[in-house]
Amino acid sequence: MVFVIGAGLLKVGDHWEKSLRNLAAEASLAALKDAGDPPLDYLIVSNSLSGVINGQENLGSYVATHLGLAGVPAVKVEAANASGAAAVLLASSLIRSGEAQRVLVVGVEKMTDYTSLEDSNASLSTLIDSEYEAFHGATLDSMHALAMREYMMKYRINREDFSYFPITMHENATDTPHAQYRFKVDMEAYMSSPLIAEPLSMMDVPGISDGAAALVISSKGEGQNGNARIVSSGHATDRISLYNRGSLVEMPSIGMALRRALSRVGDFKPDFYSIGEYSSVLGYIAVEELGLAGRGEAQKLFRDGEAKRDGPIPVNPEGGSKARGDPIGATAVYQLAETYLQLTGRAQGWQVGGAKRALVLSIGGLGSNSVVHLMEGV
Amino acid sequence: MWAYWVSVPSHWREVPARYRLEGGLCRKCGHTMLPKEEVCPSCGSRDIEVKQLPRRGKVANYSVIWNAPRGYEYYTPYIVALVRLEDGTMILSQLTDISPSEVSEGMEVEMVLRKVRVSGESGIIAYSYKFRPLMRSD
Repeated sequence: MVFVIGAGLLKVGDHWEKSLRNLAAEASLAALKDAGDPPLDYLIVSNSLSGVINGQENLGSYVATHLGLAGVPAVKVEAANASGAAAVLLASSLIRSGEAQRVLVVGVEKMTDYTSLEDSNASLSTLIDSEYEAFHGATLDSMHALAMREYMMKYRINREDFSYFPITMHENATDTPHAQYRFKVDMEAYMSSPLIAEPLSMMDVPGISDGAAALVISSKGEGQNGNARIVSSGHATDRISLYNRGSLVEMPSIGMALRRALSRVGDFKPDFYSIGEYSSVLGYIAVEELGLAGRGEAQKLFRDGEAKRDGPIPVNPEGGSKARGDPIGATAVYQLAETYLQLTGRAQGWQVGGAKRALVLSIGGLGSNSVVHLMEGV
Repeated sequence: MWAYWVSVPSHWREVPARYRLEGGLCRKCGHTMLPKEEVCPSCGSRDIEVKQLPRRGKVANYSVIWNAPRGYEYYTPYIVALVRLEDGTMILSQLTDISPSEVSEGMEVEMVLRKVRVSGESGIIAYSYKFRPLMRSD
């Protein structure tokens, strides 16, 4: 069995005084302290853009060095926004195989060292097809914009119908201590926010941020502050390039990852959902793929308050990529660390009441790499 | 600007696709593609031949980019579109010779060769297909 036995996370935002190594070390040490400083057999660093933004690769050795863990086997795992979920999936499999008893997974992304929007956009463009999308000036945001336009055309809804997503996320994040944006927004703010890639506006996507979060994963439920079991996991990819897709409003990798996770368990009823969405439209598509809403009907879940933290189907009780923030390669570790805190009753101020089980969906790019983890508090 | 932008071979090897729309045809299922892949994205066959793709198509979907990545600021706002070529091949391309307010889904377009980006004073000038509104001559 595989357990999360400790977690640490930093506030998502601008950490001008901290480098990639400082961020990774701070979150790691917090997680190790939370877990009671157990010995480690493996270190997995989850990151997506360090080669592009920070000029640093070989992150396994880099982070191990700064944690005084030289000698411990270490690698970097990359799968865009789902890097952290993939890292935890591989950590789980090291534990299940007997190769390791305890693994430290640290997710880190240091994005604010690029201080211009153009450079940040260029770095995010490395998550789409370099030669046949980014070369033509396409950006990650514009890929989400294409999905948004197709969604609007297919289901005959308007731009304002997407506002319910960020409104809900921002409302949830007001109580999350580590969230990037702890303020509410309303429809007027949504409709007046500048267009980045029509029809997508600034309010549909996360800001640029730094962040780091870490988890200690163990073969035993030996955490001193509580344990959450990773019950099952599933993983699937889709074509990275949108021109190769049949539909932009369906993300089959999500359903495949979900079915693979569910195939190993009997019945699993989550008390809340964590979805690494990146954009409003992907948030909508994700809850549809998870079966929480019919096709084209996700907006109702958010408009009618069902997805709020205290609603019947809580989605992203901490504020999601939109408001908690989306430091790309670290984001999914945030999701799993937050879920661990929720399932051990330690999400003070942002707790989902009585949460015992959770479904964590992490999505890399525009549904090109999806990972589902099913977790329960023990 | 990335080092690989200035790389001549990285652009040169894509020239048949970028200058002439030379793509691939799956001999098994008939799927056409750009670029030519080793494995058919539709049926998984490895039997792919080089195919000259048609230069006309229709706009299937588009986004107007206001926040450009480094190297593309000069063209802002510009339009990135999914274009369905006459034989059904879907490709991603910029639209040109058109303002954002004039674009619509279903609009007929044709390929032209245009400058995509300039990589510094000593770097290469990368040309590629872009699509403009179809000028009827037939």
